[in-house]
Amino acid sequence: MIVLEKRPQPSKAWSYATPLVAVLATMVFGGILFAILGKNPIEAIGTIFWEPLFGEFAFYYRPQLLVKGAPLVLIAIGLSLGFRAGIWNIGAEGQYIMGAIFGAGAGLAFFPMDAFFIFPIMVIAGAFGGWLWAMIPAFLKVRFGTNEILVSLMLVYVAEQMLASVSLGLLKNPEGFGFPGSRNLQQYDSAHNAELIAGSGMHWGVVTALIAVIFAYILLNRHMLGFHIRLTGEAPRAAKFAGVNPARLILFCLGLSGALAGLAGMFEVSGPSGVVSIDFNVGYGFTAIIVAFLGRLHPVGILLAGGLMALTYIGGEIAQSQLGLPAAAIQVFQGMLLFFLLAFDLLTNYRIRAARSEVA
Amino acid sequence: MKFTTLLASAAMALGLATGAMAEDKTKVGFVYVGPVGDGGWTYEHNKGRLAVEDHFGDKVETVFVESVPEGPDAERVMTQMALEGADLIFTTSFGYMDPTINVAKKFPNVKFEHATGYKTADNVSVYSARFYEGRAVQGHIAGNMTKSNIIGYIGSYPIPEVIRGINSAYIHAKKVNPDVEFKIVWAYTWFDPAKEADAATVLIEQGADVILQHTDSTAPQAAAQEAGNVVTFGQASDMSEYAPFPRVSSIIDDWAPYYIARTQAVMDGTWESANTWDGIREGMVAIGEISDAVPADVKEEALALKAAMAAGEYHPFTGPLKRQDGSDWLAEGEVADDGTLAGMNFYVEGLEGEIPQ
Repeated sequence: MIVLEKRPQPSKAWSYATPLVAVLATMVFGGILFAILGKNPIEAIGTIFWEPLFGEFAFYYRPQLLVKGAPLVLIAIGLSLGFRAGIWNIGAEGQYIMGAIFGAGAGLAFFPMDAFFIFPIMVIAGAFGGWLWAMIPAFLKVRFGTNEILVSLMLVYVAEQMLASVSLGLLKNPEGFGFPGSRNLQQYDSAHNAELIAGSGMHWGVVTALIAVIFAYILLNRHMLGFHIRLTGEAPRAAKFAGVNPARLILFCLGLSGALAGLAGMFEVSGPSGVVSIDFNVGYGFTAIIVAFLGRLHPVGILLAGGLMALTYIGGEIAQSQLGLPAAAIQVFQGMLLFFLLAFDLLTNYRIRAARSEVA
Repeated sequence: MKFTTLLASAAMALGLATGAMAEDKTKVGFVYVGPVGDGGWTYEHNKGRLAVEDHFGDKVETVFVESVPEGPDAERVMTQMALEGADLIFTTSFGYMDPTINVAKKFPNVKFEHATGYKTADNVSVYSARFYEGRAVQGHIAGNMTKSNIIGYIGSYPIPEVIRGINSAYIHAKKVNPDVEFKIVWAYTWFDPAKEADAATVLIEQGADVILQHTDSTAPQAAAQEAGNVVTFGQASDMSEYAPFPRVSSIIDDWAPYYIARTQAVMDGTWESANTWDGIREGMVAIGEISDAVPADVKEEALALKAAMAAGEYHPFTGPLKRQDGSDWLAEGEVADDGTLAGMNFYVEGLEGEIPQ
């Protein structure tokens, strides 16, 4: 009989190995899934992981990895700080939407003026929008002890309604023949988050994501606040004795993750998307939760996990059009990744042992 | 049909014999907003794709990507298709408009066809169907079938195409039943079975015994079936698995002839940017079989209405018609022009509620 035995100390080796093992297991079981669907599994897995990086059209896909990965990393970095302290912001999707609405709204308010200061104002407005939306669950938790998981999640749906409302009303393109959606910011130079070097995929959002990774690393490892965050998550009682102010920590973690999600939304709406539309959000805020855990809540890990996630998105689309794999199979494939990660995570805290069965 | 299959297999045999044929294949890409198995909108576009394959056999290669979100993801998928050598790309949802234009700029030699939009370019055509003609037939049947005089309508997005459908259905329901009332729910999705089922349930609870839908799944049909005595209509596709009741008829989009014609044009080098808006007459909009649940005289009238539109004798938006606010829109005998219809953003007189702003 096999029993699970709790390790006295979480295994360091396993905590590093888990993501890799999870990726491998996903490849194996994903391959089996693809084989059942009648596709060559080696070819399918190869297409997903190889084509975007080294295939014939990698010159186009590599920059796209940055475009797709940047919002994931930016949001996940913010979330990871809260998650480490046991503060669960599940509503990054809503904060992402509000960041986009505030950012685009600030830019469009100046239309058609051309000025250098418009884009910086949009950046601030975007961060503010996300921060504001995250402050609602933060304030309610601090003041009334509400559950931030529920409040932040529910506010996603409120944000979606606001998105629909501004797409149809406040921000609607007056030259859009009555169709919903704002003016295209890509065609408004002062507000356009253009590629810094044409064809590189490198826009301000990518730069900001990289800066966020560095700052999060420094914060967690070199700063008192980072120490408090880690301490609160790992040993709440000790944190209390160390003089951590829980209310301040909640406001900081939720506020920061909201602001970063807002920034991600603002960079997306002013760059790759260009338009505030009813369908603007495509789930970055939720996928970022997977990215945060896949990256072990570690800034560098999140950077790698964001890249991996972007790879499965882009590779998955290539597999669809080249091999005719159904979209649902790709989604199952991505779901497997989180599932295996959580499953193998068990091994960090437990070890498997064969035990003789005893008579009770 | 048999003959073309024969031709197709002959062409395939030839293709196998001469490997060089592959070079001359016309590659046609399709970008879908929902899954091909949605049983509605995307399902019909995919049927059009299969018809292209069937018709041209080995002379074409088709590729598709399904469930593509409207936005930057769509742009990437289209670019990917163009890079991989597609000659013609159909982008089959309204929200693909700006992405289509962006990608078309980068690939001037690739032809693009965007469904239901309004932006064209040298290598971008737009095409749509006059679904509102089908809505007229639906409205006629719905007005006759309702006993509670409440007709529920599941709207997707408040865009002109959907508003046209609501107006057309309402005008024709009102004609046969002056007491009829429309309750409209906006689902803000094209395809989301859970949301669509919720919307249908809400409408049924509010007393609606006929449900019209502008969303793509069969979830409202299932909800109606459960309720027992609620009438529905197939949307975009026949949805005949719910016939003869609750689904009593349907509007079917038939894209196949258009897709075949446009692919042929690319092959012949005669493709030109165009703005196509076809209806019942051209066969792009078809009315699914009206089931026996509909009284014979109503069915006959509905078919006569359809025939009149097919012959070009009747336009669903013929005056006298007023706007919701009571102002005059069309005078007696006047017919709406395409420009107004294309950008329609107002309800006709009698409809309650406001278009979400």
